[in-house]
Amino acid sequence: MSTNHTILEMRSITKEFPGVKALSDVSILVRAGEIHAICGENGAGKSTLMNVLSGVYPAGSYTGDIIFQGDEVHFKDIRSSEAAGIVIIHQELALIPELSITENIFLGNEPTKRGAIDWVDAKKRALELLARVGLHDDPDTQIKHIGVGKQQLVEIAKALSKSVKLLILDEPTAALNEADSRHLLDLIRGLKGKGVSSIMISHKLNEIEQVADSITILRDGRAIETLKIKADGVNEDRIIRGMVGRSLASRFPDRTAHLGDVFFEVRDWTVQHPQASERMVVKNSSFTVRRGEIVGLAGLMGAGRTELAMSIFGRSYGNFISGQIFKDGEEIQVRNVTEAIDHGLAYVSEDRKALGLNLIDDIKRSIVSAKLSKISVGHVVNNVKEYEASEAFRKSLRIKTPSVDAGVRKLSGGNQQKVVLAKWMFTDPDLLILDEPTRGIDVGAKYEIYAIIQALAAQGKGVIMISSELPELLGLTDRIYTIFEGAITDCIPTDQADPESLMKSMTSAKKKVQGK
Amino acid sequence: MSEATGRVKAGLKDLKKIFGGGQSDVRQFGILFSLIAIIVLFQYLTHGLTLSSGNLINLVSQYSYILILAIGMVMVIIAGHIDLSVGSVAAFAGIVVATSMDSWHFPWPLAILFGLVVGALIGAFQGWWVAYVGVPAFIVTLAGMLIWRGGNQVIGNANTVPVPHGFTIIGAGYLPEIGPNTGYNNLTLLLGLLVAVAVVVKELRARRVQEGMGSTTAPVWVSVLKVVLLDVVVIYATMSFAGGRTGTSFPVSGIILGVLVLCYSFVMRNTIFGRHIYAVGGNRLAAELSGVKSRRVDFLVIMNMSILAALAGMIFVARSVASGPQDGLSWELDAIAAVFIGGAAVSGGIGTVTGSIVGGLVMAVLNNGLQLMGVGSDRVQIIKGLVLLLAVGVDVWNKSQGRPSITGFLMRGGKSEKKTPDRATGDELPPSGSPDPEVPRPLVPAP
Repeated sequence: MSTNHTILEMRSITKEFPGVKALSDVSILVRAGEIHAICGENGAGKSTLMNVLSGVYPAGSYTGDIIFQGDEVHFKDIRSSEAAGIVIIHQELALIPELSITENIFLGNEPTKRGAIDWVDAKKRALELLARVGLHDDPDTQIKHIGVGKQQLVEIAKALSKSVKLLILDEPTAALNEADSRHLLDLIRGLKGKGVSSIMISHKLNEIEQVADSITILRDGRAIETLKIKADGVNEDRIIRGMVGRSLASRFPDRTAHLGDVFFEVRDWTVQHPQASERMVVKNSSFTVRRGEIVGLAGLMGAGRTELAMSIFGRSYGNFISGQIFKDGEEIQVRNVTEAIDHGLAYVSEDRKALGLNLIDDIKRSIVSAKLSKISVGHVVNNVKEYEASEAFRKSLRIKTPSVDAGVRKLSGGNQQKVVLAKWMFTDPDLLILDEPTRGIDVGAKYEIYAIIQALAAQGKGVIMISSELPELLGLTDRIYTIFEGAITDCIPTDQADPESLMKSMTSAKKKVQGK
Repeated sequence: MSEATGRVKAGLKDLKKIFGGGQSDVRQFGILFSLIAIIVLFQYLTHGLTLSSGNLINLVSQYSYILILAIGMVMVIIAGHIDLSVGSVAAFAGIVVATSMDSWHFPWPLAILFGLVVGALIGAFQGWWVAYVGVPAFIVTLAGMLIWRGGNQVIGNANTVPVPHGFTIIGAGYLPEIGPNTGYNNLTLLLGLLVAVAVVVKELRARRVQEGMGSTTAPVWVSVLKVVLLDVVVIYATMSFAGGRTGTSFPVSGIILGVLVLCYSFVMRNTIFGRHIYAVGGNRLAAELSGVKSRRVDFLVIMNMSILAALAGMIFVARSVASGPQDGLSWELDAIAAVFIGGAAVSGGIGTVTGSIVGGLVMAVLNNGLQLMGVGSDRVQIIKGLVLLLAVGVDVWNKSQGRPSITGFLMRGGKSEKKTPDRATGDELPPSGSPDPEVPRPLVPAP
């Protein structure tokens, strides 16, 4: 490390959303010419911190100071932070697929001559920038014709075109394969020598260990510690301990599990990405569920958890390649959602607003919407039965609303989630797949959701619970499968599991396991 | 809140119940008042001509086919599509039916059936492109608009084709005169009586269902007032329709319209298929993940629209006694305007059959009233355009202010709705371990 002077200091940053403190008193210090990693579980506050830094949350909406290159700065939007030399590259790339590489690099920043875009100059500069990031494609190529790895490089070229001083990378390698990741990490390391510092958010701890110079660990909106990779002899285990170290006491209702026989089994499940046909999103995954059992599915974002769940639920994601589903010992065909519902499967989606609910509908109609035939004679819906059914759920799940006639949009996140759960409980499922069922829900409502899940298991239903929060899985499940890059890597009984070992299986293809 | 304003608010709420305005139909409540206001305004401006027997009869027979189109259009729009081809489909079905009777000597009842089949085939064709190929309905029906208009002119050689007298009943016919001479049309009186009784029965049933669900029923005076008001309107209308010029009475096309409104309202409100249309329009992905076959829904609503367009075309042909190359020109625009004035959302998922009928009536009364006043068709178009813009504009503006409608605004005593923070849409999730002051209560009692 050539220099020791500080390029960025964020001091006592506190950011509150209505009802929650997303960041409290977080300070970080980034020295010029270093790669500074930020680690933490989902929801620990990493993205909030970066959004504060890049001006997505403008000055005034948080408390604390940001000192960049020796000056106190007050960014009011992304443009002003970019003008200062801070560029953020988001996990979802912000490139326009129909435009060429050149056009994307200079989008919003086009070189002009007498009011018209100077394409000759643009292309010349694009070639230089592409050379710097090691991309040798024709700059006229449309973005949609190059792979994700190269797109990531275009993003960096775009950042370089804005004379970036500090590059923020949010999960830069999440969607990349091994070779592309290595190339990207080499590039970031190379930029370091050319005066570009980086902040890198990543779940892939081995990468952090390889490239980062120092690391700040966030947990529950607080900066827990800052470590120097070399000096402190940091390894993956050390990072994981910092990330997960918190008590699990009294966050979960008590429960005694009564496990029945294995009744649901998936064998060698393989699914192709819907667009990129060379990519297998789920690979040869097998698992089992017993009656009355809550099975956890642990994996980082992009590991293929949701894809696995949705493809089982009536092939609603990707292209089915191979695999079998058995229920009660017999193979069942689940080719579409209707068949899935008829076979007693239910899927509570990760994205409540986009996939779970029709937000302009009211509560009672939402609750019965997945199995209208249950309250209908012929094709005619019986409004009285609909009311009675939804009213029963309102009472038993304690949905806080004056009446089931109210619109679901007006409910809080927790109550909306209860409506979604009610909707699927109404279909009388044998197996419920719950994808991040407590995302965006406050602690009190989470407790209630946990209680509902436990009650479902107590009725002898099988539950598969997908969650990014390890404490949640450890507190609630009987058994946990880990998934990494589309493949199931481990299966651990919860009473023998600990966060460190789970995190290890979630971040590397350690070993293959079958079934139980 | 003082007791007085509380009572006023409760009164307003009850008043709203008179018109069946639930939480989701506040907009229709407003548009119904607009209709009444427009009728009163023109009644005054035309010195009583608007509500005269002759004009009411004329109004029904002149606009029934647009209202029939509005029924199909609101379903298409709720599902999240649009149909620009209805005018051309109507013209095409009209000329095919007229030719079938004129050249091929089909008896007229068979010709009507034939026309509906033609509509169904056209609809199946267009629906296939939309639902199974995935071409946006805007494009498919724009193409259809050209195809069927051209088809009409090819088949009719760009000429008019006359239709036989029997066929004209569906467009130009009235309820026949039977029974003793009462000075009124007896069948219309009977129909009016049936409707008046139906209003009472429906209200009684609605109350019984509400009580059965244990939900709050409106006070008895609200129901009584509602029934009385509606029946006064029904009786007034009955007397007007029955007491017109001899030989005229309630138009047959009005009866067809009435039956369709009843059937389609029922389908949209009470059947699984209706629910699926709303679900697909409200959130297609969520609907598919709930087991709704969204493609089939798309196919059926587009197909249904063309069947209704064919029916509207035949009624128009019957009324004008011939099918011509200019039939149905710009009908799609009238139908779409009716649907949006009637409270449907451009993004889909919201709208009702009755709302669209009321929206269509607003346009019809406006058109008719201005014509009665001798305003030229050029100015009528400008006014209609402004009314459409205003009606939807007010709605959009109200929504952006966080209130569902002006009437909704009044209901809350002039305060705009307090927006609840929308956490789940934020790009950062609140940390999970944040302390919560509220002690969570267990849902399942401990054993």
